[in-house]
Amino acid sequence: MIANFGLAALWLAAALAALQCLAGFAALRGEGQALAGVVRPVAVVQGALCIAAFAALLLAFVWSDLSVALVAQNSHSAKPLIFKLAGAWGNHEGSMLMWVSIMAVAGGLIALVERRLPEPTILATLGAQAFVGLGFYAFLLFSSNPFERLDPAPAQGMGLNPLLQDVGLAFHPPTLYLGYVGLSVAFSFAVGALLTRQVTPEFARVMRPWVLGAWIFLTIGITAGSYWAYYELGWGGWWFWDPVENASLMPWLAGTALLHSASVLASRDALRAWTIVLGVIAFSMSMVGTFLVRSGILTSVHAFAVDPERGTFILALLAIYIGGALALFAVRAGTVAEGERFALMSREGALVVNNVALSAILGIVLLGTLYPLVTEALGFRVSVGPPYFNPVSAVFAIPMLLVLTVGPLLRWRRDRFERVRGPVILIGIVLVAVLAAVAFFYGIGLLPMLGIALAAGIAVASFMPLRGRSLRRLPLPVWGMAISHFGIAVALFGMAADSAFTQERLIAAGVGQATEVGPWQVRLDSVRPVAGPNWTAIEGRLLAQYQGGAVYELTPQARSFWAPAQETNESALLTRWNGQLYAVLGEEAEDGRWQLRVWWKPFVTFIWYGGLLIALGGVLALIGRVTGDLRRRFARRKIAARHVDAMA
Amino acid sequence: MRSVRLFLWGLVILFAAVFALFALQLSRPKDDLVRSALIGKPVPEFALKPAVGTHPGLSTADLRDGQPKLLNVFASWCVPCAAEAPQLAALEQQGADIVAIAIRDRPEDVSAFLDRYGDPFSRIGADDVSKVQLALGSSGVPETFVVDGQGIIRYQHIGELHDKDVAILLEQLREAGA
Repeated sequence: MIANFGLAALWLAAALAALQCLAGFAALRGEGQALAGVVRPVAVVQGALCIAAFAALLLAFVWSDLSVALVAQNSHSAKPLIFKLAGAWGNHEGSMLMWVSIMAVAGGLIALVERRLPEPTILATLGAQAFVGLGFYAFLLFSSNPFERLDPAPAQGMGLNPLLQDVGLAFHPPTLYLGYVGLSVAFSFAVGALLTRQVTPEFARVMRPWVLGAWIFLTIGITAGSYWAYYELGWGGWWFWDPVENASLMPWLAGTALLHSASVLASRDALRAWTIVLGVIAFSMSMVGTFLVRSGILTSVHAFAVDPERGTFILALLAIYIGGALALFAVRAGTVAEGERFALMSREGALVVNNVALSAILGIVLLGTLYPLVTEALGFRVSVGPPYFNPVSAVFAIPMLLVLTVGPLLRWRRDRFERVRGPVILIGIVLVAVLAAVAFFYGIGLLPMLGIALAAGIAVASFMPLRGRSLRRLPLPVWGMAISHFGIAVALFGMAADSAFTQERLIAAGVGQATEVGPWQVRLDSVRPVAGPNWTAIEGRLLAQYQGGAVYELTPQARSFWAPAQETNESALLTRWNGQLYAVLGEEAEDGRWQLRVWWKPFVTFIWYGGLLIALGGVLALIGRVTGDLRRRFARRKIAARHVDAMA
Repeated sequence: MRSVRLFLWGLVILFAAVFALFALQLSRPKDDLVRSALIGKPVPEFALKPAVGTHPGLSTADLRDGQPKLLNVFASWCVPCAAEAPQLAALEQQGADIVAIAIRDRPEDVSAFLDRYGDPFSRIGADDVSKVQLALGSSGVPETFVVDGQGIIRYQHIGELHDKDVAILLEQLREAGA
């Protein structure tokens, strides 16, 4: 019943998307003017119907309605409620429905609140948004129907992949989707602005909160995904340059560049064409990411959603939307007038360096991700890993981070070095002093050494733009910038410290046996069976002593899930302010000894603290932008009201 | 403005190339097992110190002495490596010369491992940071290679050996010696 309702809502929403698309584009021509009035209401209703369809799917999962094929394949009545809900989007069909729903809701929001741009631009934007949505509706309804029924219904469901039965992962996909799909809004705005030839600072100001929102979710999604991979996979690493990790990193890189170039366009009316290009590229990276995850052409830990037929469908959508948008832009390029000019030594100049470097890193990651496909097409197989990605992206990341220390201090349009000489010298001294100290005291690799020094320099530099200003009256977006940049310093320090100072110990240990790793002494105290809601496990009890001081307990588990049957390793983490002790219990040998892997990872947590700080900065900037807009709207309304009073 | 347009058409062409690549890969069947790229090629140059006092170390020259050999990549901390010990013992009894590389290990651990599970190895080199393992194109432990008398890699077995693999490896060894 609930499934029928959901499917009906989805079909209706698809029909409305078709109407929204036709009416939105028709309104751009003289004869279609009559349709202009329907576009906004239709967009709102389409969003509401999608919410209804998604709610229906959630309910089917909560009630364990096993007559729905998707529920039967991904859920089990014994599963905790949170994972029943997560089951709704922890699979291909459900996540696609979530994707479409977020897109439709975003379209509805634009239709409801956005009044700053000329009406034709908004109509074209909503038309484009519906056009992109239509492809995904077709995908859902013709090839990936989440509401497909089973008759007769099975007695029990098959359960959710145990690796996905984790609170962190319950929220990882939705967060990333919000980011991916948020970028579709930037894409639609770019197409709308291009179609109506309205690439203006106002367009950038309208697009910016959407990009910012998408970017915040991507940042949180990547940070959470990295932490999930770190503790759930039990490999002790936090980033593997896995194709699917790259697939989430590439939209983030493009989104970061877009955010900065949109700032230039909003404040200074420069970088018009470039901002549009980035809008298209950012969304195309989201789609490439979706394609790579679901087509299975690359081997990855995320291969859960693999199916060549889906791949073909997404590839076709990719060709239509991105190929179409790029071609449209190439044809229209002449109509985008050149923006304002600026000197290299200026805020814009620094932001251009940021954009070029981010784009270069994006290109490097894209090349490294696709290179195995290229060689495979030529008949030999390679895999590309850290030896390529780390140094090659560092070549561009290091200059970019150096410019990041100075850029925010510069004035728009033109500046003199003399004006910022003091802070630059201070930052330089910090950087060189830390570099020298690290080089003197620790024999570590060049990249980690540079990383630690740069982190110190950026940490100091990030708060330089606040000097001499009243902290109470400082606009929120400036706070946001400072905190995000500081977050980069924190994350960078964590990455460098982890790669330079991590210590690892691998042993087959009997009960009672002790081993040392870094400042820790770790003893396998006991091994006992434990039972969970839908798994049983062998749990090791480790007693860890830090530098001969207090004793802590860690309990890594080797879990066996029974629905579906699968083994996983639950690592145990012990967090101190200065790092994490990480333990994994492996298999048992015949003689009762256990495979045990223990790492001491100094300051590794800073990586994720930094990621969260970066996102927090984005949140502050977003709040600042939105409240600023509301305040202006309110003031305008007041003036208008006063005007009416005066007339009366 | 012309340069902008040129750049854009460049992007369109790049996009078309990526599209073609994706389409080509989608139309092909997928093989997920990562085979060593070195099959049919010589063993890379290396010289490993002994992993344990009772056995000599292992170098490329030892693999070029005219006799075909099995090269076992293992570790004392690896549980499947212990599981394949009976199969390795069977291979040794039937005349196979087995040399080994111990990955990220310590002499006392290796020695205890050999005491417990038997010792089919004539040489054991210590690869403390997996350098030789990676050069061999081996992605985990255990793995077993067949190397002919000239030091050419003939065959690679990924994962632990099961009973049925003993005959396969003996056959591969015989072919490598022919």
